[in-house]
Amino acid sequence: MSKTVAETRAQVEKSLRRRRLAELRFQAYGIAAVSIGVLFVILLFGSIIAKGAPAFRQAYVTLDVFIDPAVLYPDGIVDTELLATADYVALVRGSLKQRFAEVEGRAATRQLVELVSGSAVQNLQALVQADPKRIGTNQTLTFLADDKVDQYLKGNITRSTPEADRSLSDQQLDWVDALQAAKALELRFNKGFFTHGDSREPEQAGVWGAVVGSLYTLGVTLLLSFPVAVATAIYLEEFARRNRWTDLIEVNINNLAAVPSIVYGLLGLAMFLNVFGMPRSAPLVGGLVLALLTLPTIIIASRAALKGVPPSIREAAIGMGASPIQTVLHHVLPLAMPGMLTGTIIGMARALGETAPLLMIGMVAFIVDVPSTLSSPATVLPVQVFLWADSPERAFVERTSGAILVLLAFLVLMNATAVILRNRFERRW
Amino acid sequence: MTDIAHSTVPPVPPECKTTGVVTVPQPLITARGVNVFYGDKRALKDVSIDIANNQVLAMIGPSGCGKSTFLRCFNRMNDTIDGARVTGLLQLEGQDIYEKRQDVVQLRARIGMVFQKPNPFPKSIYDNVAYGPRIHGLAADRIELDEIVQTSLKRAGLWEEVKDRLAAPGTSLSGGQQQRLCIARTIAVNPEVILMDEPCSALDPIATARIEDLIDELRASYAIIIVTHSMQQAARVSQRTAYFHLGDLIEVGETDRIFTNPRHKLTEDYITGRFG
Repeated sequence: MSKTVAETRAQVEKSLRRRRLAELRFQAYGIAAVSIGVLFVILLFGSIIAKGAPAFRQAYVTLDVFIDPAVLYPDGIVDTELLATADYVALVRGSLKQRFAEVEGRAATRQLVELVSGSAVQNLQALVQADPKRIGTNQTLTFLADDKVDQYLKGNITRSTPEADRSLSDQQLDWVDALQAAKALELRFNKGFFTHGDSREPEQAGVWGAVVGSLYTLGVTLLLSFPVAVATAIYLEEFARRNRWTDLIEVNINNLAAVPSIVYGLLGLAMFLNVFGMPRSAPLVGGLVLALLTLPTIIIASRAALKGVPPSIREAAIGMGASPIQTVLHHVLPLAMPGMLTGTIIGMARALGETAPLLMIGMVAFIVDVPSTLSSPATVLPVQVFLWADSPERAFVERTSGAILVLLAFLVLMNATAVILRNRFERRW
Repeated sequence: MTDIAHSTVPPVPPECKTTGVVTVPQPLITARGVNVFYGDKRALKDVSIDIANNQVLAMIGPSGCGKSTFLRCFNRMNDTIDGARVTGLLQLEGQDIYEKRQDVVQLRARIGMVFQKPNPFPKSIYDNVAYGPRIHGLAADRIELDEIVQTSLKRAGLWEEVKDRLAAPGTSLSGGQQQRLCIARTIAVNPEVILMDEPCSALDPIATARIEDLIDELRASYAIIIVTHSMQQAARVSQRTAYFHLGDLIEVGETDRIFTNPRHKLTEDYITGRFG
């Protein structure tokens, strides 16, 4: 039975080697897992950035346009009311024909005009109506180029493709090359992408409508879910006596956190739209639905934060004669706030990325206008991504990735704000 | 302090089996037949005792004997524990502590408490002491509040150490300083009674000695009830000692007498170190 010290030491040494190996193996597994994770993150971001970056640049064409009174007032009657219905396409056509004098015939002219975005007409009309004195003058104006021209400049349409298989003819490519050589056509920063709402024409489509929609929706969500969730957590944790009812509520809250989001969408459709008759596609309803969705998350996180406050602080406050409300408001809540904010960030980040429940309440509709009120039709960023990913035009591919980048930037900004807020709360003592 | 009619002091119930004299002349607090239940468990059994003013009462006994439970009856801290129930009579100056109409907030302003582990609020030293006066509206303006804070810190023997850093967090002090800060916080609302639940068990001997000196000074103004595990401490700071065993109040008497000439077998066994 009895072993010598040397024997025992030899045995320990042997087991020591085994333990060291096991530790090394475990470390290797960990490093491998983390590396794979990092690799995929890099791949994901790399692909999105590579695909999305071109969306931030856009082809613009600069033309000399003669605001021809003969076109705007075809009957010779000068009346500004006629400007609302005048043929502005003719002005664009005239300008292009002036540059490419050799173009003859209807078909060729139509092909030529196709190079400029349809928005040029609206731009011209707005310009002329804003100041009718411009009629009869020459103006150097910059318009959006058509999305196909944009794609050619970005190298997504090439001459090597047979003419029949591409959306621009050889003739059109020659004109584009000529315009580019004359520095009348170039890629510039795509301001419209950040200021326009959605559009069927890719070159006119922007994310601003979706950004504003997301802002409104999340604003409603935050204003509703944060106070309600914090109040619920405080009541359940600090005031409610533990009995069957509170147990039941607790189980239900935990279950609700796991309910698929589309179910909340159906609930929103049934309750808010069908029973209460709220407007379809509105950020208000979207915010309500997302508030329901994030409530359980924030409640659970807030309760955990309250549980984490040392009981000695509560005892100290109660011992000093603070009322239960004073104890909570003066001592417990400030200590729990950082944890509650973390829970809120998680909940809001989830809400920002939610698509499914919003489809149910009609926020998937094609909406051109930037929403101006909480009840005007709107869409949100992830739904915009979904809509564009579904569009056939080549130019929407980069816009989809561009919108994802904006969504990610939104998320980072939101989280950064919350982290700063949290740190400020923590530093107060 | 209002003068109380002695005829209102309730008699000790005949079933009280405590050795020694439980009553004092002109008691500040009287407990008669106090029981505490945690659910079905009876943690304290028919305890009757008087608390005198300007005196330190030490409550000693082995772990789980009910001394802390009894201490927490005086300021109704047991209210916060689910399933805790207190029966019997507890009077502060003839006024029933457990009466329905009794305002707990007012009661706790009159009976302050210092806990086992120093638990300053995670706020500045100043705000720690000013908290009580603020919530109870004891200071009319900032100047008066400053004065209360300064006086309280001085009486707790902490002023010299912290006067230059009142804005520093209370938690940045050492353990002994934190406990004195907690005492300053308690006396800032000018209570009549101070309850101390093993106030030195988390402190080193030097900090303990300072707190004990402080308790001796504070005795001049307050009634102090201290729960302690250390018999030496009880002997040093208290004038009266109560020995608890398994929820029973076994023996009460002058501290000198209890430690030199215990009458009950259990008391003797405990103070001679046979168990505990």
